[in-house]
Amino acid sequence: MSRAPSRAVLWLLLLTLGGGLGWAVLSLPPVAQGLGEQVRQHLQVSGVESPVTAVLLNFRGYDTLLEIAVLALATVAIWSVATMPRRRRGLAGPVLVFFVQVLVPFMVLLAGYLLWSGSHAEGGAFQAGVVLAAAALLVILAGAPLPAGAGGWPLRVGLMLGLLVFLGVGVLVTTTGRNFLELPPAWAGGLILMIEAAAAISIGASLALAFRGGRPRNARAGS
Amino acid sequence: MTVAFLYALSGVALFVLAFHALVSRRHLLHKIMSVNVMGSGVFLIIGALARRTPTADPDPVPLALVITGIVVAVAATALGIVIMLRVQAATGRPELPPADRN
Repeated sequence: MSRAPSRAVLWLLLLTLGGGLGWAVLSLPPVAQGLGEQVRQHLQVSGVESPVTAVLLNFRGYDTLLEIAVLALATVAIWSVATMPRRRRGLAGPVLVFFVQVLVPFMVLLAGYLLWSGSHAEGGAFQAGVVLAAAALLVILAGAPLPAGAGGWPLRVGLMLGLLVFLGVGVLVTTTGRNFLELPPAWAGGLILMIEAAAAISIGASLALAFRGGRPRNARAGS
Repeated sequence: MTVAFLYALSGVALFVLAFHALVSRRHLLHKIMSVNVMGSGVFLIIGALARRTPTADPDPVPLALVITGIVVAVAATALGIVIMLRVQAATGRPELPPADRN
């Protein structure tokens, strides 16, 4: 297109889009059974008591596995197109540093609690991972450097831990004659907690590193 | 017309508003934010439609979809912003060059 569409065309397009979507939403039945009943009936074999966690990590575990893969892929893509900008000083006043020292341990504790509560209430790997990422961001903003050596393999293993553990569990259960990612009911609770713990670390690391906007400068091969 | 539909239609309105911004704004950060708001509209629609169950409990399957979608949206946003910064570094402007100059 050589020039921007005129205002009238744009408004016509928007009205058609909004009208069509609104009509599609309103044409749905006002009360729908959904899949909630099926989830409730099978909740006792899922290993957890929270229906959302049961769907995320067990019944539709494949979606969550791919989603963690997307997160890992996004990190790889970010590292491929940019290196971390050099750090600018300035934000780290004494108040922020003190605040971070007091708050970060509690945030890690909160992340652990959210992870644990995901088995029976709201919470889980994503919520815990986001709190971990926020804690890491506070540490970054306070000006703390990455620990020496942490920019290499430890960081990469942390980034991929969730994907590796999830894939590993998914493949290992096939040796007992089950389908890929079909968790045995007797072990499901423990396996889900293990997958979620690994996923929370990877989600937290990915989000915090995405904020830094590129590959760490000391993370080249051999450092 | 139930409350669930009110929320779902609000999601549709958010989606259309953000789509307008996506096609009319040139700055890439505006475009990235537009896609984010469009995604939020979709999440609002899905979350609202999950409340149409006959019982008090919402349908957990769409809610799990939304949780998955939020993380993907954040990852895509981060990648988009990094690419935008590269475009700015390469061309000096945070927007795509006009199509007719190529």
